[in-house]
Amino acid sequence: MNDMTADAGDRVTRIALVGAPNCGKTSLFNALTGANQRVGNYSGVTVERKIGMATTPGGASLRITDLPGTYSLRARSPDEAVTRDVILGTRVDAEPFDLLMVVVDATQMRPGLRLARELADVGLPLLVVVNMIDIARHRGIDIDLDRIASELGQPVVASTAVRRAGMGALWGRIDGLIAAGLPARQPTRWAAPSAHQLRQALREADRVIAAAVTLPEHRRSFSEKVDAVVLNPFAGPVILLVLMFLMFQAVFAGAAPLMDGLSALVDAVSGAVSAALPEGLLRGLIVDGAIAGVGSVIVFLPQILILFAFILILEDLGYMARAAFLMDRIMGHAGLHGRAFIPLLSSFACAIPGIMSARVIDDERDRLMTILIAPLMTCSARIPVYTLLIGAFVPARSIGFGIGLQGLVMFALFAAGVVSALLVAFASRLLFRRREIAAPLMLDLPDYKVPQLRGVVLGLWQRARAFLRRAGTIIFYASLVVWVLSTFPYAPADATEPAINYSFAAMIGHLLAPILSPIGFTWQICVALVPGMAAREVAVAGLSTVYAVSGGDGALGTALAAQWPLATGVSLIVWYIFAPQCLSTIAVIRRETASRRWMWVSVGYMFALAYVFSFLAYHLVSALTG
Amino acid sequence: MELRQLEAIDRSVSLGEARKGYRGRVVCILPIAGTGRLAPEEMERRLIEMGFIEGVEVSVIHEGPFGRDPIAVRVGQATVAMRRRDAMAILTD
Repeated sequence: MNDMTADAGDRVTRIALVGAPNCGKTSLFNALTGANQRVGNYSGVTVERKIGMATTPGGASLRITDLPGTYSLRARSPDEAVTRDVILGTRVDAEPFDLLMVVVDATQMRPGLRLARELADVGLPLLVVVNMIDIARHRGIDIDLDRIASELGQPVVASTAVRRAGMGALWGRIDGLIAAGLPARQPTRWAAPSAHQLRQALREADRVIAAAVTLPEHRRSFSEKVDAVVLNPFAGPVILLVLMFLMFQAVFAGAAPLMDGLSALVDAVSGAVSAALPEGLLRGLIVDGAIAGVGSVIVFLPQILILFAFILILEDLGYMARAAFLMDRIMGHAGLHGRAFIPLLSSFACAIPGIMSARVIDDERDRLMTILIAPLMTCSARIPVYTLLIGAFVPARSIGFGIGLQGLVMFALFAAGVVSALLVAFASRLLFRRREIAAPLMLDLPDYKVPQLRGVVLGLWQRARAFLRRAGTIIFYASLVVWVLSTFPYAPADATEPAINYSFAAMIGHLLAPILSPIGFTWQICVALVPGMAAREVAVAGLSTVYAVSGGDGALGTALAAQWPLATGVSLIVWYIFAPQCLSTIAVIRRETASRRWMWVSVGYMFALAYVFSFLAYHLVSALTG
Repeated sequence: MELRQLEAIDRSVSLGEARKGYRGRVVCILPIAGTGRLAPEEMERRLIEMGFIEGVEVSVIHEGPFGRDPIAVRVGQATVAMRRRDAMAILTD
């Protein structure tokens, strides 16, 4: 964070953007700062810290902080307490502001105007920005800005964040305020409002709206017409299913060429490095350790980006809140919040962004539950393992209607992930949360909006960067450790078996073998599971090393089918449904729950489930195949 | 509470029981202790923040596909999705 404070000279005006959820605050932030943004965290908490720099037409430097959307400064969760402290200037790691910009949705001014009333007590100068004014005008909503300004006693300006021309008045007003000299911060008079005070403030906002805003005669808006279909009890779930199907189709089929390209690139890089370096330890470390390890994870970038493109677009569109509405009842039975839908959906690409997006759930216990079950969703790293094992053990024949048995098993494995996640949540509700009453669900269903390309691209860029940074750090180091474990000590000169069989990894494998043999695992599987802790798909590479098979998945599958009984193959597939074979996920759970205890709980319950179900599967299949 | 207010509460319909198409005016926000995870005062504040105050017009415009829960409530220019259990605190006539 040092570089963030270093350039804060005296002439930089520090602005905080505050507003109710869905008021268009983020698109205003993007319009003000362009791509000049930095995303980080406040120390010790999971609140996103988004800062952007901008220069006004008048030449003033701005440093704008985008704060999470909130209805009130009243902290309802630890995360909202951070927002409150940042605005009140009581947090040490956040610099104070010179100006608060309150964003109000022109089509729906009540929450924003109420919030503006409350923020007037903070002691900072205020600028009320009535955003999305174009949509309001288009709908025939007439807003008397001067009247609002005189009623509130604060400067008011209109803007349309999605159009360059819509920003002129706002830029002009910011320049005007800075030129006139922003008044210094007054001591704050803000205190958490009581229900009575909130009621008064909302009445006051309603009075201002009645005086300054003329609404057209009510006719069914576009959003209402769309919702008549999208939220229809029959059509709604069908549309949701179709959207999810299209999304998975895009993630798994659409990403394939890109992933092939990326793995070709990784191969090319490792080929070039192999050619450039002499045979030896250094080459092994770089090629087999670093490049192979990081490369095996980087190939999942296209899938993650496609999934997030869908999620960002649906979110921008306003559909995600509808999905949460449709799914709430089903999630509620499992003791989950309707909002848990988005984190769990993200977990299909990778549990890490899924766990991080659980921040949208304000109730601490519901959020924890979501984090604990997110790793059970079938993430894309399981796919290489599933593909290998299905190819080896499930015959490639049709069961009629053009449905292949292998594809059906793959689908069943995905379903097993979802069902087990919901069952775990349900069981823990029955076991530990029996007396608990559900946290309230109050979710704004915003009007539909055309997604902004800039916002989606920026969002994707920020996620890609976070993912690559992780690949460059945690996964990089894990790969090196795994390489060391599977390389040293060297095999004796007269070795007859693959070199890895003499390494530390093999020793660990032999150590684990007695524990895992009841579920049908050979010691070679145990050896492969050790590097597989770095990331699930690494186990595939591990298996090919132990069995000394080269020539791709096909050859490895044939070798495995020849070496293992069917029961072992099934048992390993079942193991991968549950087992927390991913160090980075475990690390993220530790960070997001801020607790070692919950990290161990999640690791423990997933290994326990994996062991129990693999045991059952192994013995059942053994008995059946006699 | 004034007698007139008590009478109004007596005649009122809880939004949590209202069916799709119901239109009414909020009479009172009355969360009852023990019916929700939040304390009544906190629940009341959250409902006010979502736009529910005495006198405002509300209508139930959608019901969830499973068990008619949650409901989507039009309040002012906003639409709020809420579970019936939570909507019980909103009394309307």
